[in-house]
Amino acid sequence: MSALVQFRHVKKAFPVRKGMFQRVVGHVTAVNGVTIDVARGKTLGVVGESGCGKSTLAKMLVGLLDLTEGEILFDGKPLHKAGTPSDNQASRNIQIVFQDPFSSLDPRLPVGHSIAEGMVIHKIGNATTRRQAVSDMLELVGLPPIAANRYPHEFSGGQRQRIGIARALIMKPAFVVCDEPTSALDVSVQAQILNLLRRLQGELDLTLMFISHNLSVVQHVADDVMVMYLGVPVEIAPSETLFSNPLHPYTKALLSATPIADPESRVERIRLEGELPSPINPPSGCTFHPRCPLANERCKREVPQLHEHEGVLTACHAVEEGRC
Amino acid sequence: MNKLGRTSVAMADKIDEEGLLGKPVSLWKQTFQRLMRGRPGQFGAAIILFLVFVAVAAPILAPYDPQKVLIGVEDVRKREAPCIHVLGCDVTHPQHFMGIDGNFRDAFSRVIYGTRISLAIGLSTVSVALFFGVLLGALSGYFGGIVDTLIMRIMDVILGFPSLLLAIAIVAVLGPGIQNALLAISIVTLPAYARVTRASVLSVKELDFVAATKVMGGSNMRMLFLRILPNAMTPIVVLATLGIAGAILDAAGLSFLGLGAQPPMPEWGAMLGSERNQIFSAPHLVFFPGVAIMITVLGFNLLGDGLRDALDPRLNN
Repeated sequence: MSALVQFRHVKKAFPVRKGMFQRVVGHVTAVNGVTIDVARGKTLGVVGESGCGKSTLAKMLVGLLDLTEGEILFDGKPLHKAGTPSDNQASRNIQIVFQDPFSSLDPRLPVGHSIAEGMVIHKIGNATTRRQAVSDMLELVGLPPIAANRYPHEFSGGQRQRIGIARALIMKPAFVVCDEPTSALDVSVQAQILNLLRRLQGELDLTLMFISHNLSVVQHVADDVMVMYLGVPVEIAPSETLFSNPLHPYTKALLSATPIADPESRVERIRLEGELPSPINPPSGCTFHPRCPLANERCKREVPQLHEHEGVLTACHAVEEGRC
Repeated sequence: MNKLGRTSVAMADKIDEEGLLGKPVSLWKQTFQRLMRGRPGQFGAAIILFLVFVAVAAPILAPYDPQKVLIGVEDVRKREAPCIHVLGCDVTHPQHFMGIDGNFRDAFSRVIYGTRISLAIGLSTVSVALFFGVLLGALSGYFGGIVDTLIMRIMDVILGFPSLLLAIAIVAVLGPGIQNALLAISIVTLPAYARVTRASVLSVKELDFVAATKVMGGSNMRMLFLRILPNAMTPIVVLATLGIAGAILDAAGLSFLGLGAQPPMPEWGAMLGSERNQIFSAPHLVFFPGVAIMITVLGFNLLGDGLRDALDPRLNN
């Protein structure tokens, strides 16, 4: 299985400006060195709490943000690289489904136009073929073709998210980034959208990157999962392994926080102390050490690197030393 | 770990097709319908429609040429009071609804023709200010950085002066006349449009549908003029409608001071200005043009208020 998208030491730092002359007084490192391959036809789930850099990673992949360091390869060829402009034609192959279905469609445009916009920009086909492509796409995502003439405010949240998916797919991308596509929807509609994405992945041979903070959703759709904390991947594992046998203490804490629909079950909760530290001034050593129940002196000094442990990549001194 | 319920999935997978079979309703159409539901919108639109009718039909409605001096044509006195036959004025005397002005002209015809001038003033100044203001504000808000700083500091300088004083200064430099007065009013009202547009663009450009266009590979111009501006127009439309009223008032003010419309042009402000010393001996000559200005400004203000309510996103249903 070859890798379709490869992140290589990807880093993103936002300057923090202050004062009348907007001097740069520091940087927020949103993503701090991510290296991961996404295998063709698979789904990579990315989880982590708010502010851990999930969405920043997605935005860099689709070209909405520039990379500060590192590069992203698509199909073995460089797609985005720090300091160089991106190849517009290649980035067509990567599309995105946004989180908020209420702001992701232009309210003044019939949705058919929104869906066809990519074809118009890249001058694909003529008016007739575009209209045909739009109605094919709408049918593919489970909406009647007549919906193309209607405006976004006439649709429900779930329907709009289907339209968002249709817009992403009309460019026939190989890779689709789903940036929390279900978090703005209610539960029954979430399931519809997830099932739709799975079905389309099979039919169109898509590779997905699925970002979420909802662990059960990720378990439902992902083949591999990357857990991020403060811009760094702390654990990368196949989905089944991760959910049955989490290694990193942060992953364990996340999993234990998921509610279980069984009043009899008494699983011990791991409570994390304190707040997510500020990314402007991250803790020394392992960024997780102030909140980690297993932290020792080494964790405060030394930044842990990803290493393989029973087929799973983790960045934790405790796992490496066998302390847990 | 909980599994997602299969039954709820099957049930919810049926998509509600109801409501998708009627006619699509665009946001502009919805706004218009909401505008016509409120009293201010109704009255404002009615007044403006009436004024447009008067302006278009002026040659039919006006009994005299507005610039024709009636000495030797009719037996009338200078600054004669209105003579309306149905109200008991002597039928042998020529009828003048609003009397005769200081130059022996029919005041009624002048007020009627003044509608044309005032509407043209309002539309032209606001169009010019709107075009350049929106363009500058949009570029400023979209590109930010040095472009933003440069444009906005220039706007701040213009805003730093009291608007009518600056307009007077501009006219004083360019020379009095209706065209220079309009240019001056456009220049002093332009920063308001630039500022409002900039603020609106700043908020709209962060929305996801703009990002979606960017992901598709859309150009800056496409994002700014096709995605952002149409969605940033709401406050600008309201401001422009209210701005027409302000521009008409400012133009009347400049004409009153003798810097705008020059005689014999039948402009309301100029009519007020030329007869202001006779306000006690011939009040009808300032009353009627004054009322005309008031009704016009009221109409545009009402329409602007109605639009503001109709475009309020909180009333969105």
